[in-house]
Amino acid sequence: MMTQRRPRVLLAKPGLDGHDRGVKVVALALRDAGFEVIYTGLRQSPEAIVSIAAQEAVDVIGLSILSGSHLPICERMRDLIADAGLGDKVWIVGGNIPYGDRPKLEELGVSRVFPTGTPFDEIVGYLKEHLP
Amino acid sequence: MSPKKLDIRPVVLESGIDVKPTYGPDDVAASATGLSVGEPGDYPFTRGIHRLMYRARPWTMRQYSGFGTAADTNQRFHYLIERGQTGLNVAFDLPSQIGLDSDDPMAAGEVGRVGMAVDTLADMETAFEGVDLDKITVSLTINGSATTMIAMYAAMAEKRGYDLQSLRGTAQNDILKEFVGRSTWIFPVEPSVKLVGDTIEYCAQHIPKYSPVSVCGYHIRESGANPVQEMAYAFLIAKAYTDHSLARGLDIDEFAGRLSFNFDIHGNLFEQVAKFRAGRRLWASIVKGYGAKNPKSMWLRMIAGGGGGGLTIDQPENNIARGAYYALISALSGTQTMALCSYDEAYTIPTEKAARISLRTMQILMHEMGLTDTVDPLGGSYYVETLTNEMETRIRGVMDEVDAAGGIVKAIGEGVIQAQVARQAYEYEKGVFDGTIKKVGVNVFREEEEDHDVSYHPVNAEDTARQLAKVAGVRAARDGARVESSLAALKEAAAGGDNVMPATIEAVRAMATVGEITGVLKSVYGAYQEPLAF
Repeated sequence: MMTQRRPRVLLAKPGLDGHDRGVKVVALALRDAGFEVIYTGLRQSPEAIVSIAAQEAVDVIGLSILSGSHLPICERMRDLIADAGLGDKVWIVGGNIPYGDRPKLEELGVSRVFPTGTPFDEIVGYLKEHLP
Repeated sequence: MSPKKLDIRPVVLESGIDVKPTYGPDDVAASATGLSVGEPGDYPFTRGIHRLMYRARPWTMRQYSGFGTAADTNQRFHYLIERGQTGLNVAFDLPSQIGLDSDDPMAAGEVGRVGMAVDTLADMETAFEGVDLDKITVSLTINGSATTMIAMYAAMAEKRGYDLQSLRGTAQNDILKEFVGRSTWIFPVEPSVKLVGDTIEYCAQHIPKYSPVSVCGYHIRESGANPVQEMAYAFLIAKAYTDHSLARGLDIDEFAGRLSFNFDIHGNLFEQVAKFRAGRRLWASIVKGYGAKNPKSMWLRMIAGGGGGGLTIDQPENNIARGAYYALISALSGTQTMALCSYDEAYTIPTEKAARISLRTMQILMHEMGLTDTVDPLGGSYYVETLTNEMETRIRGVMDEVDAAGGIVKAIGEGVIQAQVARQAYEYEKGVFDGTIKKVGVNVFREEEEDHDVSYHPVNAEDTARQLAKVAGVRAARDGARVESSLAALKEAAAGGDNVMPATIEAVRAMATVGEITGVLKSVYGAYQEPLAF
């Protein structure tokens, strides 16, 4: 019988935003829920994030953005994800995302937005359901 | 008849203190620490650093504000001053905070977003146009690039004819806490502390009324620390700057009186009040222990305001009520300066309306509620005095633990504090999600049909273009040779271990940009590598 590897999640902080409380608590929650979590640290370019995602063969790309720059960042991410052939990965975004911007992010290809304050169970449940 | 057994609900504060249903004089005596309550204005300043406190001078109201270009921010400053605000607290955008110019590729999408964009002295001049710097004290919320921004502020004030000998103001400039929370670090830990030392030394000698550092427990608490750790880590950080300054040959009384603090308010009212009363006398005893003679050196001067960490996304208008209670705590605690996070801050940078509500909240407290009539009105309460004693003991305990493990600079450099507060933040969030920590509108009294109808601060897409044009214009018009030579002098000062402030002031006068100045310092000091274990 093959041993199944744990699903691998990349959590990243794109742009210059330094608010990392949220991404760290989500990393701890996902780890406790059995995921393998890779955290990039702060101030990552979309290019670097996509490159790490490809190298590490992650199943999930998660971005934490609280600076209000989520739309320009995700526009860039969409192109890079497509170029790298990672369009089949689950792509999630968390942080201070206005409700009105959620559909815009989904149009860009974001699988699901988890705004600040989302219970951990909701994130874990969503990932378990949407990972192969 | 058998006596009825009362079922007493256990209460444990965030700081780990068990709360009894009633307190009396025995509890106060049993918890005594050796430091007295004393009188307001007298050592150890438990009841306040001034004899008359708000009766003589009410707290300064200083809302954090800044966005877009310096011109946009200047408008908001005037809006707030016209409505009775008595100080300014400047928000810079992220590129300015980490030393990037607006036209740096890394700054794309971030210009003017969370604060105002500052590239050169020209922006600093625009920001304060028409603001009387003698009447309105200005606090710069700047850390990583603080040497440059303090230099720009001083150069701007000088250009407008102010005497640096009497110029007042504050820079946040607490880089050690940036490694724990907020994260606008640039250089490695050691040279970062050296730069803070440069500002302390330079201000002591040339801008003696300026407060070069505001040590922040605030952001450490926002990152997950409890109230005891908030105070303990802040004091350890303040001691690190103090030790560094003393090692340079400064006398404690030359600079300790200009150190100030920035603390967080959310959570249990009595715990916070006790935290400040305990903190005041503990800091006084620490500075006295350094051999200070001037009582002013021992003052815990502070801005303490409503923290974003207590506010909620759900039912955002409830945050107006929370803000009012935080302001009440702040006034009961004897703060010198107050600021409140606005009710919409979980969504957006504050709209004009939200900023006005915060200002009015503080004004209502000042003018309608009797908070400025008498000093330390909770002093003498058995409960508050006992808690004050217990908080002091616990703060000392955490400080001793960190010192025994090699000190705060080492602990932060290795990421130990960061890992600790991240773990606590996780436990706190779990507590909110499972309902053991109650948040109204979130896990109790929740509405099924959530109303997220919040107005957003408008982002002006033309701001970036305007800022890029401005910095390009300044670059084209300045004397290139003067910029080159001033940057070369700065590099020499940094490489030689000299105080970088004189050369930085020369460079900003020559219209060198934030990015150019930071680039020079980075070429000497290198860049910080974030520890990622938590």
